[in-house]
Amino acid sequence: MQTTQIEALKKIVGQDHVLTTPEDLYTYSYDATPGHAHMPDAVVIPGTTQEVSEIMKFANENKIPVYTRGSGTNLSAGTVPTKGGIVLLMTRFNKIEEVDLENLVATVQVGVIVSDLNDEVAKNGLIYPPDPGTVATATLGGTISENAGGLRGLKYGVSKHYVMGLEVVLANGDILKTGGKNVKDVSGYDMTKLFTGAEGTLGVLTKAIVKLVPAPEAKKSMMAIFKDLDDAGRAVSGIVAAKIIPATLEIMDNATIRTVDDYAKIGLPLDAEAILLIEVDGIPEVVEKEATKVMEVLKSNNAAEVQIAKTDAERDQLWAARRAALPALAKLRPTTYVEDATVPRSQVPAFLKAVKEISARNNVTIGTFGHAGDGNMHPTIVCDLRNKEEMERVYKAMDEMFKAAVELNGTLSGEHGIGLGKLPWMEYQHGTQGMNAMKAIKRALDPNLILNPGKLVGEC
Amino acid sequence: MTKQITASDINAHDKELLNDLQDALANCMKCGNCMAVCPIYKETSKESSVARGKLALMEAVLNGTLPISAGFDTAMAKCLNCKSCTFKCPCGVKADELILRGRQAAVKSRGLHPIKKNVFRLLRNRQLFDFALKMGGTFGPLTFKKIPGKMAAVSRFPMPGMDAKRATAPISSSPLRSQYPEVIKVANPKFKAAFFTGCTINYMYTDVGESVINVLKENDVEVVIPGTQHCCGTPVYVSGDVDLAKEMAKKTIETFEKFNVDYIIGACGSCTEALKEYPHWLHDDKEWHARAEKLAKKTFEISEFLVDVLDFRKDTLGPVNATVTMHDPCHMVRGLKITKQPREVLKAIPGLKFVEMKDCDRCCGSGGSFSLANYDLSRQINDKKVANIANTKADIVATSCGTCRMHIQDGILQNDMNQDVVHTVQLLDRAYKAGKSK
Repeated sequence: MQTTQIEALKKIVGQDHVLTTPEDLYTYSYDATPGHAHMPDAVVIPGTTQEVSEIMKFANENKIPVYTRGSGTNLSAGTVPTKGGIVLLMTRFNKIEEVDLENLVATVQVGVIVSDLNDEVAKNGLIYPPDPGTVATATLGGTISENAGGLRGLKYGVSKHYVMGLEVVLANGDILKTGGKNVKDVSGYDMTKLFTGAEGTLGVLTKAIVKLVPAPEAKKSMMAIFKDLDDAGRAVSGIVAAKIIPATLEIMDNATIRTVDDYAKIGLPLDAEAILLIEVDGIPEVVEKEATKVMEVLKSNNAAEVQIAKTDAERDQLWAARRAALPALAKLRPTTYVEDATVPRSQVPAFLKAVKEISARNNVTIGTFGHAGDGNMHPTIVCDLRNKEEMERVYKAMDEMFKAAVELNGTLSGEHGIGLGKLPWMEYQHGTQGMNAMKAIKRALDPNLILNPGKLVGEC
Repeated sequence: MTKQITASDINAHDKELLNDLQDALANCMKCGNCMAVCPIYKETSKESSVARGKLALMEAVLNGTLPISAGFDTAMAKCLNCKSCTFKCPCGVKADELILRGRQAAVKSRGLHPIKKNVFRLLRNRQLFDFALKMGGTFGPLTFKKIPGKMAAVSRFPMPGMDAKRATAPISSSPLRSQYPEVIKVANPKFKAAFFTGCTINYMYTDVGESVINVLKENDVEVVIPGTQHCCGTPVYVSGDVDLAKEMAKKTIETFEKFNVDYIIGACGSCTEALKEYPHWLHDDKEWHARAEKLAKKTFEISEFLVDVLDFRKDTLGPVNATVTMHDPCHMVRGLKITKQPREVLKAIPGLKFVEMKDCDRCCGSGGSFSLANYDLSRQINDKKVANIANTKADIVATSCGTCRMHIQDGILQNDMNQDVVHTVQLLDRAYKAGKSK
């Protein structure tokens, strides 16, 4: 970018809100995804929707790439400024504008941290359910753009199930509003869903109207240990077939169990093929009833051991293993890829077996844990990015893994998004026609291809 | 223009530093969890303020993308050393230590900031330092206006490096160590303990020193206050001048070795942590490392000593009728991991109502000299602390660090509140006194 262009941006947002020193630029060259980094030309921090509009208009006229960014905790390289240009940092959009208790919706600027929103609505006994692992750091805008999910996905769904309306600035600077507070709204294309999960390729989100739900009154956690993976798989299907939708239904594979126990020394059985962690929530009486039923299903599917938490302390103890999964794996080696390939839940055992074979065949360390109830797995590859030979094996394993997921009628991403990380397999999942349709939408809304170029749908 | 120093220059300069840094830095998976807890990032929302960003900048220097520039130096300086990031990190990256190493690299290639250079020159020479601060105490009333009722003063004249409205503790007209003999005997000594006073207690908060001595005497401990003790070296160490810090650590070890004591007691989280960390500072010198280990094993923070070693007397305690809340200094909670003991001390005092504040262990924004260089930012961080204090309706804030006390007292005054900030041990002293006047 030229100096005069930087000056023009400073005129829009003020001197202090444009960062250009090499040190500042470097710190916006990455996100939480290993292996992708590129310096932007400027970091611009707008304070109002009007300013975003002016920046977009200017960028569009000058064909400058724009990458919208929140806290940059995403795991798909979706915010890496691969073609230089402007990183549009939305952290100043940090106000919760309204909590509407009559309609159970909140109007929130996109820079608000998700857990701050939850703290605010908790005062009224409500929750905003999407709870990605980075909930204490990630911005609402980022989670909406990546269509983030979390541990409660099985019962509560992902971001798109809670976004009712958006304020969006288009590539040309037009400001538009989609959706609103209406529970029923079938007027026109579902533009709200289109921009949700678009990873900043179709517009810049500035504000969202989100649905809130009553906080569950009670919770109950259980843990079951399985010597046989298929038994664990049947238990997962069995719970849902018994018409119980737990808030959380998590699985850890043998590699993860071993790593976690080695790290946290919590006495997990090292020969177990899988551990299931289940939490039911809701009205106390229902929770009791459901917990009993879940225990029955676990036992009838040959769980070697079943524990139920009677107190909060016991609940914490059960969750300790699951919480330690990522840290324990991440500490093994310098580089950590947390993937989120997802399969229909009936295919979870088949997918875990496939990952195990892929890991052995390519001599790559992969531990898998994840949300068994919704089929959203987190095969986590640990390696060293600096070792070229190893990385070749890692990329080959990744390739086989994502193809395996798609072949099991799964999808590349359950909650992290595509970005650059999973772009190579998009066509494999969606076919040429699918990609062409997506690219057509991209070209229609962003004809100069300045919004997060090269991501999600690739080059257009 | 400053000469740009590249990765290869540093490599030649200090290869070891470069190598072990590289692996430690690679372990940061850039998940951004540190953003949730970094007090500075919470205020600035800029990546260069948070551990993830700083570690990335160090990587950039090591891989030759960026030089060690003024910007690098500034980024490394914007850290309170509160250790929150390290405690939050899922991968166990010791970000606080790495950032100090980053500062060290900056010092090695760019030299110390001129102001720091002068201050450290003063610190190197104990007698000169002592003289300067004694003079400050004697002529203090000329330059500082005391604020009634509090251990606080504001400067009458503009002072370099200090915000005009800022309240600090007045420099004592007579330092603690000159008020007491080197050995304070008791009738039936249970133990002999040396008191590491640290600079703030010796020159400013002599009231804390007094209480430490009273409380130890009350518990039949003979107190030794080595006259030639000096600064623990923390300010120098965290600024990146590790060589001088090592020199100061050795001086401290030598000084305390001369007295055959059972324990060494500190009354400041940071100083006490430093003494306990000397073996780490001196890890590459076999002889000094062994001597440092001996000293470290004997070192206790006062409330830790009272509770874990002494099981302090409770039968002679009188009432202190006040509502008290507690601020946990970073180096107490995350450095020494001492949080229960000061609370046990307070809870043992009759009449005292203890109320926990929200985020009691969040950094107050002082960060030693950080608040000197970044007053407005440290004020913003502190305002959150002060708001949490206000919510407790406490009349007194107890804490175990001089610089936290100073910064919080300033915050209370700036926010037109009137709570008193004291060291935990002062309240215990008050209770023993109340017990006597019964």
